[in-house]
Amino acid sequence: MRLHWRRIRAVVIKELREYRHNGAIIAAMTIIPVVFVIQPLVALLVTPHTAARSLTRDDLLLYLLAVPALVPATLASYSVVGERQQGTLEPVLTTPIRQDEFLLGKALAAFAPSVIISYVVFAVFVALVELFAHPGVASAVVRAPELIAQLIFTPLLAAWSIWVGIGISARTNDVRTAQQLATLASLPAIAVTSLIAYKVIPANTRVALGFGIALLVLDRLGWRITSATFNRERLITGTQ
Amino acid sequence: MPDSESVALSVDHLSKRFGQRVAFEDVSFEVGVGEVFGFLGPNGAGKTTTVRTLGTLIAPSSGSAMVAGLLLTTANGVEIRRRISIMPESPGLYSRLSVAENLSCFADLYEVSNPAERIGQALQAVKLVDRADDACGKLSKGLRQRVALARALLPDPQVLFLDEPTSGLDPAAARDVHELIDGLRHRGVTIFLTTHRLEEAERLCDRVAILNTRLRSIGRPDELRDRLFTKTLTVTTLAPLTEPASVFPGLPGLNGWRSDGPATYVLEVSDPVETAPAVTRALVAAGADVLSIAESRHSLEDVYLELIDRDTEVEKT
Repeated sequence: MRLHWRRIRAVVIKELREYRHNGAIIAAMTIIPVVFVIQPLVALLVTPHTAARSLTRDDLLLYLLAVPALVPATLASYSVVGERQQGTLEPVLTTPIRQDEFLLGKALAAFAPSVIISYVVFAVFVALVELFAHPGVASAVVRAPELIAQLIFTPLLAAWSIWVGIGISARTNDVRTAQQLATLASLPAIAVTSLIAYKVIPANTRVALGFGIALLVLDRLGWRITSATFNRERLITGTQ
Repeated sequence: MPDSESVALSVDHLSKRFGQRVAFEDVSFEVGVGEVFGFLGPNGAGKTTTVRTLGTLIAPSSGSAMVAGLLLTTANGVEIRRRISIMPESPGLYSRLSVAENLSCFADLYEVSNPAERIGQALQAVKLVDRADDACGKLSKGLRQRVALARALLPDPQVLFLDEPTSGLDPAAARDVHELIDGLRHRGVTIFLTTHRLEEAERLCDRVAILNTRLRSIGRPDELRDRLFTKTLTVTTLAPLTEPASVFPGLPGLNGWRSDGPATYVLEVSDPVETAPAVTRALVAAGADVLSIAESRHSLEDVYLELIDRDTEVEKT
């Protein structure tokens, strides 16, 4: 069935306006990744140049791929259950918008700030390493393949995290429960990126390609499955 | 009852159950195009669930319905929602967004052409043009209700479902809403009005239905009164009649009479217009000084309470 982009855009614009009016949302999204990168950043800044050689054995920058998996959890998990608790879900669902359009709008609205924040946190991290770490340490850590991996995998991981969060949001009755479950659900993705960063899973082209394709498929499936399991009746009446 | 060509809503033995709990059962009625149809009932009677079902938000358990010319099915959901508009009981506005931003979002969701113009018209209709830039969270309950009404007007619907539209409004604002509903009726918009304000239903609605899980009664307010209550004339004389039994019996259209105080008599009649002059003549002939002859009026509230009380009695027994 054809998507009506005006209806999707209406949801996206509404969400972005709400973010603009509520700076605390973006602040909350930013704090988690900042806390997450502080420890490795400090560790790199105090690493002596004699240890630079050992750093080349790991792909430390890939550790930061956990950020796009973590960042969208708050927004995505609020998306449906939050509207429900505010009482704004019913009026929206009385309009001609279809559930797949509504969910896509929600996902796109969460996607943009999540990816921007992830890139900004990563860029600041790299800049601080380049500026303040020993040059030998910086060149051992900041390498072109990992920068490219970050660029490519950030949107894919963010999208996956968003669909998981929205799926949880559409099935829970309480915002706090949804946020806790969504954070919990982002842990497997963080575990995988950490295993790659520490070479437990080898970081090579084949693995990158496999993960890329898997994430693309999962992102597409995430939308379809979340749309198929979106139950207007349960969300409106609280039954079933 | 509207003829088949001008039916906006047709509901046929519709029921909705949530597990063992019956929300409403075996409900059938029709609403004509341009009709203002009142849907009354106590809390928990199934009114809101009926509206949600007809609005495609929830699926019926059994029965069928036509909404704005379309069969009520999941496949027709989007098209039905294009033709109708629902103002829920709770305004459900985005409190951080301004009035205009809220309406702009819904204008796009309804894919309204000329959204700026439509938003302006809707705001004008509810007299909120000067509050367009205010955040909805800062508005009073009554003003939020008016924004919700403006939102429901945006798509220019064929059928407009209004769930308690004047709840929380002051009398002047409620009067404005009544005038708005009258205006919409004249434009041919069908209005399905759920309300607890019986005087509002009596004033605005062409017909009303009283629901208490099952449909208890349906018709014009005066029809319901006639169906439920005997028509009576209340006669008051200056002094008690010496022999009332010789005055009242045999009068045209009189079905019975009783005393209701020392010089007051209640006459059950078929047609007050036919019987009242004959009563006057009989009283004058009997030498009585007549103070008043009045037709007893039952309000829609009397009808409503009588039906609900009967249900309560049945439940008790």
